[in-house]
Amino acid sequence: MLGSLTRLQRYYLYYTGSFLLFVLALAVLEQHGMPPRWIGYAFLFFTISMYAAIGIASRTSDVSEYYVAGRRVPAFFNGMATGADWMSAASFMGLAGTLYLSGFQGLAYIIGWTGGFVLVALLLAPYLRRFGQYTIPDFLGARYGGNAIRLVAVGAAILASFVYVVAQIYGVGVITSRFVSLQFEIGVFVGLAGILVCSFLGGMRAVTWTQVAQYVILIVAYITPVAILSYNVTGVPVPQLVYGQVLQEVTVLEKRLFDTPAEIEVRRLYSERANTFAEKIMQLPYSLTHEREQLSTMINQLKASDAQMRDIVALERQRRDLPLDPDQARSRWETAMFSAVERSRPPLHHAEAFPGATEEERLPERINFLALIFCLTIGTAALPHVLIRFYTTPTVSQARESVFWSLLFILLLYMTAPAYAVFAKYEVLTHLAEIPIAKLPSWVAAWTKVGLVSIEDINRDGILQLAELSMNPDVIVLATPEIAGMPYVVSGLVAAGALAAALSTADGLLLTITSALSHDVYYRIIRPDASTQFRLVISKSLLLLVAVLAATVAAEKPGTILSMVAWAFSIAGSAFFPALVIGIFWNRATRTGALAGMIVGLMLTIYYILRVEFDSIPWLGIKGFNMEPWFHIHSTSAGVFGVVAGFMTNIVVSFLTKPHPGSEIFLAKIRRESSEGGDHRDK
Amino acid sequence: MTNDNAYWRETRRLTLVLFAIWVLVTFVMNWFARELNELVIFGFPLGFYMGAQGLLFVYLSIIWFYNRSMRKLDAKYGVHDD
Repeated sequence: MLGSLTRLQRYYLYYTGSFLLFVLALAVLEQHGMPPRWIGYAFLFFTISMYAAIGIASRTSDVSEYYVAGRRVPAFFNGMATGADWMSAASFMGLAGTLYLSGFQGLAYIIGWTGGFVLVALLLAPYLRRFGQYTIPDFLGARYGGNAIRLVAVGAAILASFVYVVAQIYGVGVITSRFVSLQFEIGVFVGLAGILVCSFLGGMRAVTWTQVAQYVILIVAYITPVAILSYNVTGVPVPQLVYGQVLQEVTVLEKRLFDTPAEIEVRRLYSERANTFAEKIMQLPYSLTHEREQLSTMINQLKASDAQMRDIVALERQRRDLPLDPDQARSRWETAMFSAVERSRPPLHHAEAFPGATEEERLPERINFLALIFCLTIGTAALPHVLIRFYTTPTVSQARESVFWSLLFILLLYMTAPAYAVFAKYEVLTHLAEIPIAKLPSWVAAWTKVGLVSIEDINRDGILQLAELSMNPDVIVLATPEIAGMPYVVSGLVAAGALAAALSTADGLLLTITSALSHDVYYRIIRPDASTQFRLVISKSLLLLVAVLAATVAAEKPGTILSMVAWAFSIAGSAFFPALVIGIFWNRATRTGALAGMIVGLMLTIYYILRVEFDSIPWLGIKGFNMEPWFHIHSTSAGVFGVVAGFMTNIVVSFLTKPHPGSEIFLAKIRRESSEGGDHRDK
Repeated sequence: MTNDNAYWRETRRLTLVLFAIWVLVTFVMNWFARELNELVIFGFPLGFYMGAQGLLFVYLSIIWFYNRSMRKLDAKYGVHDD
């Protein structure tokens, strides 16, 4: 049977086998008393050295190998590599958590991130492969002609990819600091090393083959814990099939638990707290000085009487911890107020679509659900690091096949994520709600210590109400092994999977940024006569530079970076999608039209995000420009306006200007319509 | 313009039909997810099931059908890309 497989398939089969043996060996060692910390190190060391071995074995000094893996990647493996390239730390850790927190509304991510591949298959992949160059700016440059569009495309590619790569490296820092207790900053640089060993020497060729290896690890790591949990709860280890029944039980539990008197009381207390903070914010700066004076008087009174020293110290600390100035007070109290408001809301029923008491409340939910799907699909079909993967197959037909495989491999994870959320919710509703706080399962305490779970007994009844519990989305996947009572080796496996997801995406992104700079800017625009040797030197040095820069930014722990990833989809979608699709399917599209469409789309998207999300940009001296969203649409779906504006501008301006003379030959080539009769081979 | 090329014309028609199906299931159907949730399939409310699994299978079949049709078209018009 082994004989019928190709050499590559056999290699990866052996690789998967040895990985499973490695996990098994660790499990046995754990039984014999190997400490968890060592298991974490073993996973970190084993997986990264695997990737390094593949990366070094795939080193290359050939330009085509470096940028597009020599166009020799079979459809099946390109599908796997695309899967790993696509699924980031956010898909691996965050998605299940988002689904847990927002129930049905979270499905927009599942639908959008898979639906986008239909657009890739139908509208883009075959044409990109038939064109057969190296980057997305290449394609736009050839279709429309000129360097201006190439430069705009490079700018947009870097804008969308850089924040994304920073978020991946940040993810690596989080994973390593949690599982092997490295310091966050050191974890970031371990991540940097992990990325560089894959991409530095071998470019796309090395990245492709490590991504295949990383896919295997990430999918095993994602499915194992929830399969075991599913077996514990339902007796069937296929969570995707059986979580429907669990969902029904969850719905029954929700009906019983959501409106008990204690829950309502807790929500009322939170809403009172929110009001207190709102009042305090309204009365700034008076409220701050007043609070400080109050504390001072109390301290003085205590000092005058002979109170316990401990009480005085506690009050003094409280006074010291007060915000320093009204600005700080405002931001701190606003955070506190929003979190109280969040907890005072009635919880969502998991399966309910577009929740709301009236049709009027439901409409914005419905609009935002569809708008988010729209942006995520278009963004998926426009993110350059995914699209360039379809340059790497040997033929056009294989490029088409590889979209199928990509979606299949991605499906395995995305079908499992909602199951994670439902099983976690079942666990919380059965084993946490209405349980005395002293008797909560041990995983709650473990994750409270790391700050990912927080419990506050606001009504002081000693019993946990649902509104008193808040969980960071990442905790769902990370804590499932403990929830199901599995040995630490499974937690280590999950960490290795999350690491693989983050590293594989970071590699693809880094390569996209590097090739945009070295191929499109340096080679195509600045020095078209550069030798291939020198082009590779430039590529490799830029790769190093961009990687170090991204790691440095990630080490700063920028708080907003994670929300910026959601915007990357809108940015990429509005910059690339209209220009690419119109460029392929409409003969009349012109250079000026495409350029205008890209710039208008991009600008509108950024403008909308800034005005909805922020109130001031201190370094530009702009203040008070926050606006009401248009049609209730959140800033994460800003691309809705950008993409539509991009299409319209492109079409209108194209009608007013003349097409680029070279475009007909280009179109004839990618559509295969150059001569009558149809049979025309290039080579 | 060389729009009279039959291979491209058929490719375009196929693309358009499949794209329309995609729009229909992605946007039109999901608009009514609340109403679909009244029905139950494999223990799931239908609207939820479609978002979590059903649509993904539809997407996969669209791509599968496109690839199969394109292979046939390639053979019919003798298009070989290598």
